[in-house]
Amino acid sequence: MADDIKQLSAQLAQDPHSLVFLRLGELLRQKRQLEVAQRVATNGLERHPHLADAHDLLARIQADRHDYEHAFDEWDMTLRIAPGHTGALKGLAFLYFKVGDLTQAESHLREAKKYDPEDPAVDQAIAMVRGGAPAAEPSPPTAPVPLSPEVSEPLPEERIFAGLEGAHEGLLLVDASGQVLGGALRSADGQDATQAVAAYLAGVSQEAGRTAKLLHLGGWMGLSAEGPQGNVHLTAPTSDALLLVVRDRSVPMGRLAVIAQRAALIARRWLERQA
Amino acid sequence: MSANGYEAALSRITSVRGVRGAMVVAGADGLVVAEQLMEGIKGAAVAALAASLATRLGRAMEAGGVGTGVFWHLQAERGALLVVPARSGMLVVAVAEPGVNAGLARLELLRAAESVA
Repeated sequence: MADDIKQLSAQLAQDPHSLVFLRLGELLRQKRQLEVAQRVATNGLERHPHLADAHDLLARIQADRHDYEHAFDEWDMTLRIAPGHTGALKGLAFLYFKVGDLTQAESHLREAKKYDPEDPAVDQAIAMVRGGAPAAEPSPPTAPVPLSPEVSEPLPEERIFAGLEGAHEGLLLVDASGQVLGGALRSADGQDATQAVAAYLAGVSQEAGRTAKLLHLGGWMGLSAEGPQGNVHLTAPTSDALLLVVRDRSVPMGRLAVIAQRAALIARRWLERQA
Repeated sequence: MSANGYEAALSRITSVRGVRGAMVVAGADGLVVAEQLMEGIKGAAVAALAASLATRLGRAMEAGGVGTGVFWHLQAERGALLVVPARSGMLVVAVAEPGVNAGLARLELLRAAESVA
């Protein structure tokens, strides 16, 4: 494998526009040289931004690095370019499985099966999602489908946002009275700020609602704020819950709102399951 | 700052398309210092609530370690409220329609906050 990597690297150096970066990136990923693999994939994508396989490669690398949020984006992009891309369908199924959304996971696997009915990993993964399969082997490196038995168990509270970036330090779900339902927040110096922030959030929500009502603006949908050390976005996944997303200033407000929407969807589903 | 100075600062904000009104509010007590609002907007009440919202959100942000807010944006179904605190403790507030260019409004609010600081 090492020789292959050298050979492919040489080929890519000679012809930077070559599609050989796909094989090189995959080999590096399999060798767990994930940082280099990501660099190769990113450089390749800069030259071939509409190549579905390049987005899929980057997504697999990001998934291996547990950067599930960006992996989701890349697989989503893959499907926009190539709607029947089985790698992306299996990848998204894996991510949905990770966050406990078994319906979406199975739906994506069924879609993958339509395009690749002979793939045994898809059948195995569908059985796994349904909870009827025996303990399975670890997921193959080229197709990260949901085969890990431990994640099929119901999500405990602290894992509501499992799989989302910042799940344990930048996402917080509280009820209407400010009681923590899930997630956690850490301040820039690493201190646990979960309870302190939760205590203030209920008041913020109440004032946001009153202000919007007074101005005849209808229901409030979100409250974004910029701070010197970070940005925050507050939203209400349900009428009696609040979700706060905190990120450093490198994450633009628009992207933060997208992250919040995604987390709110997961929170809403989780809350529905608890009802 | 003179009344004319406030008026000029608010005029720049209300000239942004989609902004229905703007005001300068004393952050500590929520009283209106200057306003340019469309008819029907209850300036005093909005000022009080905006100040209260800013205070509460500010506490949450400080507790979360991101520091005191420099810009807040409340998005609602039929509009938005945008707030920038000035160094003096005053708040520059804009009430806007849903389709407002929030980036442009933010720039004008920041500029106004500099001038009322």
